[in-house]
Amino acid sequence: MPHDLPLKSPAQTLSPREIPHTVSPGLWTLAWRRLKSDYVGMVSLAIVGVFLVMMLLSATGLIAHDWSREVGTNYAPPSFIGADVEGGTPAAPAAPAEAPPPASEYRSQIVDPIGDVIAELKGEKVPAPASAVPGAAPGAEEKSVDPLADVMADIKAGKGVTANAAPAEERRATLPFGGDKWGRDVLKKTIKGSETSIFVGIMSAFVATFLGTVFGALAGYYGKWVDDFFNWFYSVFSSIPYLLLVLAVAAVLQQKGMLTIILILGLTGWTGVFRLIRAEYLKHKAREYVQAADAIGASNVRRMFVHIFPNISHVVLVQLSILTVGFIKAEVILSFLGFGVPVDVVSWGSMLNEAQNELILGKWWQLVAATIAMATLVTAFSLFTDALRDALDPKLKGRRGH
Amino acid sequence: MSGYIARRIWQMIPTMIGVVLLVFLLFNTVGGDPAYVLAGKISNQEQIDNIRRQLGVDQPYYVQLWIFVKQILTADFGASWSTNEKVSQILTSRLGPSLTVLVPLTILDTLISIGLALAVAYVRGSLTDRMVMVVCTVGLSISILVYIIVFQYFFAYKLGWFPVQGWGDSFTENLFRYSTLPILIGLVVSIAPSLRLYRTFVLDEINQDYVRTARAKGVSENRIMWIHVLRNASIPIITNLMAALPGLLLGSFLIERFFSIPGIGREVILAVERSDFPVIKAITVYVAFATIATNLLADLTYKAVDPRVQLK
Repeated sequence: MPHDLPLKSPAQTLSPREIPHTVSPGLWTLAWRRLKSDYVGMVSLAIVGVFLVMMLLSATGLIAHDWSREVGTNYAPPSFIGADVEGGTPAAPAAPAEAPPPASEYRSQIVDPIGDVIAELKGEKVPAPASAVPGAAPGAEEKSVDPLADVMADIKAGKGVTANAAPAEERRATLPFGGDKWGRDVLKKTIKGSETSIFVGIMSAFVATFLGTVFGALAGYYGKWVDDFFNWFYSVFSSIPYLLLVLAVAAVLQQKGMLTIILILGLTGWTGVFRLIRAEYLKHKAREYVQAADAIGASNVRRMFVHIFPNISHVVLVQLSILTVGFIKAEVILSFLGFGVPVDVVSWGSMLNEAQNELILGKWWQLVAATIAMATLVTAFSLFTDALRDALDPKLKGRRGH
Repeated sequence: MSGYIARRIWQMIPTMIGVVLLVFLLFNTVGGDPAYVLAGKISNQEQIDNIRRQLGVDQPYYVQLWIFVKQILTADFGASWSTNEKVSQILTSRLGPSLTVLVPLTILDTLISIGLALAVAYVRGSLTDRMVMVVCTVGLSISILVYIIVFQYFFAYKLGWFPVQGWGDSFTENLFRYSTLPILIGLVVSIAPSLRLYRTFVLDEINQDYVRTARAKGVSENRIMWIHVLRNASIPIITNLMAALPGLLLGSFLIERFFSIPGIGREVILAVERSDFPVIKAITVYVAFATIATNLLADLTYKAVDPRVQLK
């Protein structure tokens, strides 16, 4: 407020209602402002957003709905290699070399560097296989096959959806990112697998965060024997190592399914959230605004969830996104071991399980596809979580890694 | 001090009872009738009744619970459902291979992570520091499965530097021949999170007044980092390490599975695959007890490292 204001217009000092007051920005506005100025955070948010949109599109069947169609030949190599890399020996060493740094863009940027390496490899080591000669086989060359293939796919989709496997002569020799054992498109499979893994991760994070928040709120707010009880509950759950608990529950629940794995992860993963939320409620319940709420007759539940909860919701949000990353990783491991999603559902974990045997045959593309998709999402999500925490709690800035 | 220990042990009892109750509820009520699991698909009612009698699941719940408690106290869980090996025998024989991989892995991981954390924290904010952190973040985001698959394929299968899998009879052969690649993979996976964590611990100490004092009186930088800072940073590091120990026993279950190391972790996976409830129950209960015990041990070590800590 300018200091010469009273001199200019004394009337305003007399009627305080007319003083133009500025609304100070709330926590979320400030946090969003801080997040927007965080370049890394925004880029990661964009990548996470791309994955979420992809998940929605795939869940509604707009993309990758026909992932289980066997559109290519068995182990069809990626288009950028060409159809005829026999045995896969020259291509195989490229797989480990390509596993590290995933670029920020999902599709376009990833494909290119591999293509270059493969082209180099082919040029140096392979004494010109059929694919190196343009037009040797009709469909062996990358550029010529793509427009045709789209038409072909349209025809196939129009002709008969019932047949899962395309007739042998219609199967393509190459696919954009290769094919699996049955000739299914790895790219579509990865998209479908992302849908499963991200969905399971997010849903189980919601379950775990919900449980942790409710337990933590009750324990921290009521104190006394309620607190003792939940602390006992917490110490019981946290004294069994997390993965052991998950495996034990998986052993007991015989039926497999998305719901089962969401429940397994959610019901066992609430302990970390509980500890933090309990501490927050302990801190907040003695504050003046809660006393004020008490004075105007707000009930306990109302004080807990209408008055206190908004003030600690940033902790919940950060925990939610930390748990999502953790659960995506856990789902991949569980599905890999065969304790996760059912056989007819594809996830990154089940892809890695298939890829393990394929790698020995030199078919590296499924491994690379699942790895890149997962690493990109998890990196982006972790960086976004860090940025979110910094934005919501600037005091913590510079103490990343906790 | 002894009073403190006695009180802590006393406080452990409710938690232990809770663990027993949780495992009991999980396996005896949530999981349905174990007789059907054990009898398999082809079975008649008579067989099932017979098995139920043997397991004691036809008894009321409090009797079953008492049976379970007796099993825990006497360490006698009977025989495995699938291999008929005694469960106690399984546990003792699987512990050795697990430790052969885990002890060197933990020691190396701790030493390397501490060294790197001190180095990276010393040049904090620099390009090196940021690059190392980026590599850690990206490295952490790749599933451990990928590391194992690729390393096993590349170093063992392709290059033949290590055996693809296997386990021998002599300790030295196991340690230097079969465990080398598993330990290497374990290091690659575990250093990134440890380094990130330890770096923050070191950073918490590096701006303290005592560091400035030491510098002012002319203590060499090496001495400051390795003696002054490390001693203080080691308090959270030790707590962290101790808390992670029992989990490590299982954390390596993927490695044990891929390399066919007959350890505890692989046993858990096999038991889950075969619905071998006695083995899972025994491992869950004892690992939980071990966790509770190491938590106490961690607090005592804490006290030993930092005399300022008052144990109440």
